[in-house]
Amino acid sequence: MSTVLELKNLSFVYGAGTPFEKKAVDDVSLSIEQGELIGIIGHTGSGKSTLVQMLNGLIKPAQGQVLLDGRDIWEQPKKIRDIRFRVGMVFQYPEYQLFEETVYKDIAFGAANKGLTGDELDQAVRRAADFTGLRPELLEKSPFDLSGGEKRRAAIAGVIAMDPEVLILDEPTAGLDPMGRELLLSQIINYHKEKGNTVLLVSHSMEDIARVADRVLVMNRSRLFMLDRTREVFAHGDELEKIGLRVPQVTKIMQALRAQGIDLPDSVLTVDEAFDTLSSLLKREGKIW
Amino acid sequence: MVRDVAFGQYFPGNSLMHRLDPRTKLIGFVALIAVIFCTFNYPALAIVVGVTAFLLLSSGIPFKFYLKSLKVILIVVLITSLLNLFYGSGEPIWQWWILKLTWNGIHRAIFVTVRIVCLILLSSCLTFTTSPTELTDAIERLMKPLNKIHFPVHEIAMMMSLALRFVPTLLEETDKIMQAQKARGADLDSGNFIRRAKALVPILIPLFVSAFRRAYDIATAMECRCYRGGTGRTRMKTLRMSGRDAACFVALALIICGVVLCDIFLKAAI
Amino acid sequence: MFIKVENVCFSYDSVDEGLPVKNAVDGVSLTIGKGEFVAVIGHNGCGKSTLAKHLNAMLLPDSGKVYVDGDDTSDENKTWDIREKVGLVLQNPDNQLVASIVEEDVAFGPENLGVDPKEIRERVDRALKAVGMYEYRTHAPHKLSGGQKQRVAIAGVLAIQPQCIVLDEPTAMLDPNGRDEVMDTLHKLNRELGITVVLITHYMEEAVTADRVIVMDGGKILTGGTPPEVFSQVELLKKHRLDVPQAAELAFRLKGCGADITTIPLGVEECAAMLREVLR
Repeated sequence: MSTVLELKNLSFVYGAGTPFEKKAVDDVSLSIEQGELIGIIGHTGSGKSTLVQMLNGLIKPAQGQVLLDGRDIWEQPKKIRDIRFRVGMVFQYPEYQLFEETVYKDIAFGAANKGLTGDELDQAVRRAADFTGLRPELLEKSPFDLSGGEKRRAAIAGVIAMDPEVLILDEPTAGLDPMGRELLLSQIINYHKEKGNTVLLVSHSMEDIARVADRVLVMNRSRLFMLDRTREVFAHGDELEKIGLRVPQVTKIMQALRAQGIDLPDSVLTVDEAFDTLSSLLKREGKIW
Repeated sequence: MVRDVAFGQYFPGNSLMHRLDPRTKLIGFVALIAVIFCTFNYPALAIVVGVTAFLLLSSGIPFKFYLKSLKVILIVVLITSLLNLFYGSGEPIWQWWILKLTWNGIHRAIFVTVRIVCLILLSSCLTFTTSPTELTDAIERLMKPLNKIHFPVHEIAMMMSLALRFVPTLLEETDKIMQAQKARGADLDSGNFIRRAKALVPILIPLFVSAFRRAYDIATAMECRCYRGGTGRTRMKTLRMSGRDAACFVALALIICGVVLCDIFLKAAI
Repeated sequence: MFIKVENVCFSYDSVDEGLPVKNAVDGVSLTIGKGEFVAVIGHNGCGKSTLAKHLNAMLLPDSGKVYVDGDDTSDENKTWDIREKVGLVLQNPDNQLVASIVEEDVAFGPENLGVDPKEIRERVDRALKAVGMYEYRTHAPHKLSGGQKQRVAIAGVLAIQPQCIVLDEPTAMLDPNGRDEVMDTLHKLNRELGITVVLITHYMEEAVTADRVIVMDGGKILTGGTPPEVFSQVELLKKHRLDVPQAAELAFRLKGCGADITTIPLGVEECAAMLREVLR
């Protein structure tokens, strides 16, 4: 594995020099390997949104460096636009950015800005639509005629079509209903598996993070609080709760049982895992068959 | 960033300026602006500067916010004062190439600068100390006689206050959309005029779509909260003129008299 | 009985293009008692928001009747009475605050009703205190967090002094802290002021805290009852791809393998205690 993104002492201050000065990101250093799926958690105002916007050069750090494949993304400030094609960023409620006459054209917007034309562009659009589960007949519709969930997926496809090496999603499932959430999440997992790309997923849903992330990055008060394997992070349920974050319900249940002396692993992330652990335990004791 | 614009912001408070009836403030503001542009000699100008300074002090708003509002028009002030400085009439006291410095020019530059600065400071003072609702209320009340000729005064005032309420929200939204389109490689800051205008399409369309969606939502929310037009409506903050306001009108009359007398009896400086 | 919905059908598409008319709400009947806290869950497009708008006469049924405190919502003379009794809070907190100052926004409702200025002031203060936003009364709405904005919106409805508040996905756009703030506020209003709450949501965690849960699907009521009654029907909910508390799902699956489980738990402690019994 090779390092794809490296952050060195990254800091950012809003309203520098005014009475409203606020440190949004404070001395964050970390590195992310090629092909990882990183979950990013932290409550609102913890600096996670500012942090991810520095990764594709939408915000210029006040101090520190962002290295993409070992090179500072601000090495040539005039070429910062090229970085945005390599580090794709899907904002919260991305459906509000749709503007073209057809879904097809909208998905093509970013890829065309990147310089793709003709067949290459067509392929990129269709592949992206496929990843996000948009049926081909939807491509000729106006994006404003789609349902809420479809709009969301069209907007995400617009970033995927640029074929970025790193894909950042800022709360992609916010405001969707359970079915939409489930569908979108499985598409993201699928995209990650097939492309083998690095994916950064910002989310408030600990259940989702626990299910999909390889590692979890926790931000608190503008600082990096924790970056570790998902299982390790959620094993620190108490510490997370202290900074206003929660752990999945099932993780908590299993921790409560463990605290009462039942021999269980210290971090269970999903219902499936809990079921397997408990059912094998019960089987051993002959309580179920 | 777009949202850094501080102009038109309201600071809640309890100063003398805050407690004045917004109608008094509005009428006083308009009258003072007229007076400012009727100053032709230094004593008159001094009266205006003194009044402005007094109002700023009695607003209880930190001076840095006034400076911030001046910053926006700094360039305009500089250009107009320079133009006036070098294009006055009369005997040149210094000359180089096409630049000609005259006493008349110096006086004119001073007057123009002071007038614009006072204008901006006074309007900031008005918006800093008067909430948009109060302001639109004042306009609604002052324009009430127009109801007789079937002019929709209440509707217009309502629209104004809604527009003012949503300015910051839409600015924030513009910012978000710009970031999102930049993330898709939109190039907003290079190319010639036509290219730049074209680059605005991906920002303007989502902005309009969202504004319409918001408008629809607001209409629903207003109806849910029993809004059915201006008739039968009461207000929490009723506008009431007090002794303070009467005193203000007297002061205003004195200021106008003072400036007019200066203009009549003293020699004009410009 | 405060609200009575009788066999209501409603469709947005008028008879056009010869397509079969699809009802957004399709034959729904239910009653809501005074002081109840009712949650309505279901997917987008299941008709829950449409139903919500029927409860304060924003929409009128194509067929069937809705009665609020005995008044028929389709009686035009009663429309404003009904809206005074049943307040509606919408999803996007930004789009329902109409004034540039918090307290002026909260005053908007009573102002529309022609309430005396002095009483408006009292109502506004009381409403802001009830939602815990009194300290913010002179702030500008756009500077507040999502949860705070939504609480101001609730205060705005509260100042009308309704008996019932209907909320259409009030937490969908909020972060977990904002969601907690809103839910705490609603429970407080329900408990302390006896206000009837009808909460439309797609967060199962919120529905669990209600007195009664109604599950909608395809414009119809799928099932209803107390949270334990509803969420123990894990199979039914999963079949309609709705969320179930992880505790319930885990217990249900263990039970399916023959574990000795009688009641399906919803919370952490309950589930842990039950599992300990089973493991013992």
